[in-house]
Amino acid sequence: MSANIAALLYLVAGVLFIFALRGLSSPATSREGNRYGMIGMAIAVATTLLTHFPSFGGLLTIVIGVAIGGGTGAWRARTVQMTAMPELVAGFHALVGLAAVLVAASAFFAPRAFGIGDANEIHAGSLVEMSLGAAIGAITFTGSIIAFLKLSERMTGKPILLPERHTINIMLGVALLALTALFVGTQSGVWLFLLILVSFALGVTLIIPIGGADMPVVVSMLNSYSGWAAAGIGFTLGNLALIITGALVGSSGAILSYIMCKGMNRSFISVILGGFGGEVAGPAGGKETRNVKQGSAEDAGYIMQNAGKIIIVPGYGMAVAQAQHALREMADMLKEEGVDIKYAIHPVAGRMPGHMNVLLAEANVPYDEVFELEDINSEFGQADVAFVIGANDVTNPAAKTDKTSAIYGMPILDVEKAKTVLFLKRGMGSGYAGVENELFFRPNTMMLFGDAKKTVESIVKSLAH
Amino acid sequence: MTDSTQQLLEKAQAAAEAARHLAEQAQHYSDELAHTAAAAAAHGLAGGAIDPFVFRVAIFAMAVFVGYYVVWSVTPALHTPLMSVTNAISSVIIVGALLAAGVEGMTAAEASGSWWANVFGFVAVILASVNIFGGFLVTERMLSMYKKKG
Repeated sequence: MSANIAALLYLVAGVLFIFALRGLSSPATSREGNRYGMIGMAIAVATTLLTHFPSFGGLLTIVIGVAIGGGTGAWRARTVQMTAMPELVAGFHALVGLAAVLVAASAFFAPRAFGIGDANEIHAGSLVEMSLGAAIGAITFTGSIIAFLKLSERMTGKPILLPERHTINIMLGVALLALTALFVGTQSGVWLFLLILVSFALGVTLIIPIGGADMPVVVSMLNSYSGWAAAGIGFTLGNLALIITGALVGSSGAILSYIMCKGMNRSFISVILGGFGGEVAGPAGGKETRNVKQGSAEDAGYIMQNAGKIIIVPGYGMAVAQAQHALREMADMLKEEGVDIKYAIHPVAGRMPGHMNVLLAEANVPYDEVFELEDINSEFGQADVAFVIGANDVTNPAAKTDKTSAIYGMPILDVEKAKTVLFLKRGMGSGYAGVENELFFRPNTMMLFGDAKKTVESIVKSLAH
Repeated sequence: MTDSTQQLLEKAQAAAEAARHLAEQAQHYSDELAHTAAAAAAHGLAGGAIDPFVFRVAIFAMAVFVGYYVVWSVTPALHTPLMSVTNAISSVIIVGALLAAGVEGMTAAEASGSWWANVFGFVAVILASVNIFGGFLVTERMLSMYKKKG
């Protein structure tokens, strides 16, 4: 196969990847898009194998590698809980990052096979691209591992603030530049090795100060990094499929980070600098002596049975309690009684973009009952009940009125405009931002304390009577 | 008289010498000129000797813009599948891993380098495969859950 035909086939693969993303513009076309992605991947792999046909030993290595990796991947894809998607995605980012580092190192060890020159005489441009791919890949790898540990709660979700952390990061960044220059100048593998080590360290120090509430931004950002790393390697290999994909993934992650930041009214810089949500103001209840109105599952069931329109606001608490199935059952029973049910999703609900939508879809909630903030916010005024399950900060009116609040300026769901607000919460604790929610004390608010899933199940029971 | 003839002859010879020198120089210049012109013509025909790197940068820049518009058109409800599918497609980095895993050293000097490339390539093939299979399959699983009313 000539190099030109191979390049064209890689281009075809890249275009199919564009179609894969394009398909996601609507749930109706999304699965078709996913297939295009698979076909594109198959074309890219087949092209590589045909243009650089490996020896028998090489082929065997590849088949074994794909069998091990593919088997593991398929098993994880089939068994993972939908609530654990953020961890899974963070873990996948780590793998892309490490793969980029390994491919960059391989290109350095066997430059001829990659067509970038001979040993010790690699083109300077290729060395720069290689360093970029390796550095971004290494940052993605350790950064994603930290994100994975935080998301799966194997590590505290609170920010870990090293003393002088900004100085450390700047020094590591300067070291990266110096090492890149040394590597390009001397072609010595030692510098590449050090470059990778420093990038590993930078990945850790960049992510540990970022708190659990900011994880949606971090996961999106690492998504973006994994794309740029792939693009860097794509330049080293001169491979169009990789360059196009890297650019697509890089911009995709960047846009998602932007959407998440906007959803929290935070600047990207302040998220990256970290530290948010660290100083959770203990039990703020010390000064809080006002009473809240507490209700039972029967009360909630009665109110909702007699409602005309209910808007359900799910949050991360629903995911933790795995309450989505019980919630859908409750919604179905209410629908049978003629109640109009809609779901309202805040952009940063959950631990990754679109997390709540997947959980609701898993529980068989039709996607045309689920609405984004800007599409449904005006409807709370006509709603009889706002049913808030496991969400807190995203409903806090202080974001609109209290300039001193940590969440001031964040777009919120206007649940306070509904006639009755039902709050399902584990306790009176404040949300991730550590801010007291004024809504709890309003006369039209009723609190339902306890595990979200158990509470919803009791409501279902009371509705059945 | 013979003296002056002799002088004249010498002068003529010197003049001839100078003329020949001049001609040689002219020849040299014209050669050089022709050379440059030919090279310039060749450049012109090839559309200028643009480094392939520039084309790659151009494709990269275009792809960033395509990505920007395509991703903004993704419905927010599908942002999680978007992340898992971008994960899967960024693992097209496996093409580099395949090259590395299948490398054979041509000379003794290359043998140790290619051994390392084989090892790194093998591990990278495993990692990328986890992502490709895991990413596409989990996306498929999620997308199959999205259903319309009724």
